[in-house]
Amino acid sequence: MTCAPVPYRVVRARTETADTVSLTVAPAGPSGLPPFAPGQFAMVHAFGAGEIPLSTSCIDGPELTHTVRAVGAVSAALCRLRTGDRVGMRGPFGTGWEVDRAVGGDLLVVAGGIGLAPLLPVVDAARAAPHAYGRLNLLVGARAPADLLHAHRLCTWATSPGPPHCLVTVDRPAPGWRGRVGVVTSLLNGARFDPGNTTAFVCGPEVMIRALARDLVHRGLPPHRVRVSLERTMHCGTGHCGHCQLGGVLLCRDGPVTGWDRAAPLLSVREL
Amino acid sequence: MTSTTTLAAALPAEHRARLLEAAHEVSFPVGSRLFEEGRHADRFWIVRSGTVTLDLHIPGRRAAVIESLGHGELVGWSWHFPPYVWQLGAEATSPVRAWEFDARTVRAMCADDAEFGRAVAVWVGRVVAHRLHSARIRLLDLYAPYGSGSRR
Repeated sequence: MTCAPVPYRVVRARTETADTVSLTVAPAGPSGLPPFAPGQFAMVHAFGAGEIPLSTSCIDGPELTHTVRAVGAVSAALCRLRTGDRVGMRGPFGTGWEVDRAVGGDLLVVAGGIGLAPLLPVVDAARAAPHAYGRLNLLVGARAPADLLHAHRLCTWATSPGPPHCLVTVDRPAPGWRGRVGVVTSLLNGARFDPGNTTAFVCGPEVMIRALARDLVHRGLPPHRVRVSLERTMHCGTGHCGHCQLGGVLLCRDGPVTGWDRAAPLLSVREL
Repeated sequence: MTSTTTLAAALPAEHRARLLEAAHEVSFPVGSRLFEEGRHADRFWIVRSGTVTLDLHIPGRRAAVIESLGHGELVGWSWHFPPYVWQLGAEATSPVRAWEFDARTVRAMCADDAEFGRAVAVWVGRVVAHRLHSARIRLLDLYAPYGSGSRR
């Protein structure tokens, strides 16, 4: 972990949707940041605009891919970058998904909207070691078909026997959409998992996380095996500034990934 | 609120077996209509395989798909409540195998056996409550930027 931004250059910029871009960056100098684990995040600096936290959607040696949605000044500046442009990077920060703790059991990866991005390294890790895990399920919810991230990969997975066993649903179908329509929790009925021996990885809007985690616990998953990624305003990344405080938790340091046993009380208090 | 409203999860085994005695197997090819909005709700189905979409007629435009239903899920609840008129339309979007039930027969079974009738009513009520909750959640447009609402 470093507090000074390390220069990286953009090696690839791929448009995902109308407002979302996947940026692949590599160290601009002889050395980059320490290795990232799936679920950890970087503070990415767009020169002249500012710095924001971004999780990794692909980890390939020193190359990191961040999937960025243009919702503010910094993220919009990052979405405008092209191959060869430079960014500053700090990290890795926070807790990861700890996929290795799920060895031997079924995996349930549930993503809503942009929440798919930080979960893709979990899918990649499980697919790279198919004998280490049980059944791999990927459940994805999005607003509309045009908003699906990494649509080419999802389409391949959803139309092949897998792994992963991939189910996709949207809130607002477009003409010609042949997939599911409805909330992502409705996909649980089609997932293949043994609740007593499953680890769930969940990322998306917190309303979705809460509904899904409660459903999974109702189905028999132990709360600590429902791993969720939470989001607040990350600033320093080192647990000093307090911007990302959620109750007694500093999410940049103690999160963003945590068990539902710890997250449930935090997401049920109105004042937090 | 959980998504466990499938027949197997929501209806006790003895009542489930009794209900299935009144069923017969049907299949629908892709694109076939199970029912139309505004028509008499005289049947209902439980999906065994495939997908059924519920849609709403919009004059002059393509019907809007509201929700899709899959394995184990109840297709149609208007048969349970007067005036027994479908509120939506339904179409098979993949080859569908289902159990089909005659609504009048099942309502008569419910009237004859209060315990069975209560179990069916609770099941249908849970399905309706779940779909209402899902519709409310979708009103939030969660996946849009700031879809969960603005920060305090």
